[in-house]
Amino acid sequence: MLIELNDITKTYEIGTVLVPALKGINVNVNKNEYVAIMGPSGSGKSTLMNIVGCLDTPSEGVYMLNNNNVSDMSDDELAEIRNREIGFVFQTFNLLPRASALHNVELPLIYNGTPAAKRRKQAEEALERVGLADRMHHKPNELSGGQRQRVAIARALVNNPSIILADEPTGNLDSRTGEEIMEIFEDLHDSGNTIILVTHEEYIAEHSDRIIRLRDGIVERDEAVMERSA
Amino acid sequence: MRVVSYIGESLKIAVEALRSYKMRSVLTTLGIVIGVTTVIAIVALIQGLNKSFTNQISAIGTTTLFVQKFPWMMNETQFFTYRNRPNIRVRDAEQLKEMSKLAVAVAPTLYTEQTTKYKERSLEGVAVVGSTADYMETSNVVPEFGRFLSETDVEHRRPLCVIGREVADKLFPDADPLGNRILVGGRRYKVIGVAEKKGSMFGQNLDQMIIIPVGVFQSAFGARWRSVDIEVKVAAPEILEDAEIELTGLMRRIRGLTSNEEDNFAINKQSQLMETYKNLTGTLWAVAIGVGAISLLVGGIGIMNILLVSVTERTREIGIRKALGARRSDIMLQFLIESLVICAIGVTIGIALAIGLAELIASTTPLPASVTAWVVFLGLGFVVTIGLFFGIYPARKAARLNPIEALRYE
Ligand SMILES: Nc1ncnc2c1ncn2[C@@H]1O[C@H](COP(=O)(O)OP(=O)(O)OP(=O)(O)O)[C@@H](O)[C@H]1O
Ligand SMILES: [Mg+2]
Repeated sequence: MLIELNDITKTYEIGTVLVPALKGINVNVNKNEYVAIMGPSGSGKSTLMNIVGCLDTPSEGVYMLNNNNVSDMSDDELAEIRNREIGFVFQTFNLLPRASALHNVELPLIYNGTPAAKRRKQAEEALERVGLADRMHHKPNELSGGQRQRVAIARALVNNPSIILADEPTGNLDSRTGEEIMEIFEDLHDSGNTIILVTHEEYIAEHSDRIIRLRDGIVERDEAVMERSA
Repeated sequence: MRVVSYIGESLKIAVEALRSYKMRSVLTTLGIVIGVTTVIAIVALIQGLNKSFTNQISAIGTTTLFVQKFPWMMNETQFFTYRNRPNIRVRDAEQLKEMSKLAVAVAPTLYTEQTTKYKERSLEGVAVVGSTADYMETSNVVPEFGRFLSETDVEHRRPLCVIGREVADKLFPDADPLGNRILVGGRRYKVIGVAEKKGSMFGQNLDQMIIIPVGVFQSAFGARWRSVDIEVKVAAPEILEDAEIELTGLMRRIRGLTSNEEDNFAINKQSQLMETYKNLTGTLWAVAIGVGAISLLVGGIGIMNILLVSVTERTREIGIRKALGARRSDIMLQFLIESLVICAIGVTIGIALAIGLAELIASTTPLPASVTAWVVFLGLGFVVTIGLFFGIYPARKAARLNPIEALRYE
């Protein structure tokens, strides 16, 4: 099993008020699965993604990644997991505004010590893969929303991580651009990556093998997608 | 490998940050610049003083002892006690010369300042020294033309003189001084020699002097009651101390002092001046260190402040980097390098300014102030110390940010 979530809870504390965002999540994900997470706003989708992506830690529960207990890991080990195992595509892109597309994509490679020449080559390949070969030296504010999202995807896949996590990757895009982005994910899935993505759109979710529906911090439904629309 | 690639990235970030906030960077750097300039300029000044002082006292020589009534350095009460000491006489010098085994030359000297004249020319403030043939060695006065006073000249109290370069140039601008008689204090002295140029010491022109036989001096200037200074030359600096002990013993014998009586004379030497000087510059060093420490502290606080602002401004960036796999140590390094870069720029400019300042001092004052190579190492030391010391707190603060909170930061 690649990902095992056992009774994961997350409770935020705002002053004296406790906000339970996740109330006991039990989900397993296999290698090379393509999972969509859906649910109304505030149901805990982003919170769950952050925990799976090792950006945040659960309040309670056990998260096993590749049969290793994530809660036992040190700060540096978590950094290494984020770097090698996980490619995160954020809803808000989270690109460095002053760096070129190429440099943004190079970032994960900088942190695992890839030599400069190889780093550049890999980053260029990743940008080509998302169809941005001609925009490498542009800064994020010189790119359209869809192009930025593709830079973010290139960055997530540049290190060839086993898991790609995408939090509403098409949320800011029109449906045509959204479809283009989805094709990239499909490609990645076909080449063996495990993909988990959050979406509000049914047609986006239908690209996946399995849809997990959250409501108020619990899994409401978890079912396979029977028929894949091409 | 990992670290190397990250240092490159950190340098890029630092330069980029400095570029995007030019004014702020300039102001921050300024603090360091002022601190470094001040410290290095003071150090250069002290070194200039040292050089100048060493040059000055080199005229005294490291192989000469001075047997005198008073020590060179004393306080007021000491002066009033020592005033009652018996005067040193020319005879004492003669006896020392006879008895000392280490002295190669012993010269009693008396001194006054007079106006000297030749025909219609006159020169004021000439140092008139009454001494013996040995003075040539003890004071290193070498005749360039003619000869020095001989023992017979001194013994027979001949009205002869050896004149310094300056006296020769001023009184005999276009004549040969040798054989001519100059007028000093109402008496005439035949010039038998002109001394080589000697330069100056503590603002006193050593070439503006004349030397006459000590006996002549005594009768001419009524100085029989005055204490004589005895200059004693030894063969090498190494035996100076032995000579000092020997002379002390001989003087005590001449004076008939019993073993429980204190010395009633002083033996002076160049190194005494050196010690006094070192005490003096010690104070200057303390000022330099104090001023330097304060200004560098101020500069350092400036850096810390700017880095804290920078950490806050770049919280999201830190979050992004952490999300992509940056470790605490990477973020830490990023901000430490930024701190070091600011410091390095400040110190470089500071050193450059200090070199300029030192050259200005050297060209406008008699002090040969100069910035030496070790100052550059000192500068390097500043960079590392301040950069790391004041950078560490902001850097740690950045490194410890929680990635998800940093990403959410608006
Ligand atoms: N940092 C936080 N501090 C306090 N409460 C939080 C924090 N982050 C999320 N929450 C709360 O946790 C709950 C789940 O939030 P989450 O962002 O996971 O929702 P979501 O399903 O991603 O919603 P959306 O579809 O709007 O993105 C919400 O009620 C939210 O208010
Ligand atoms: Mg969300």
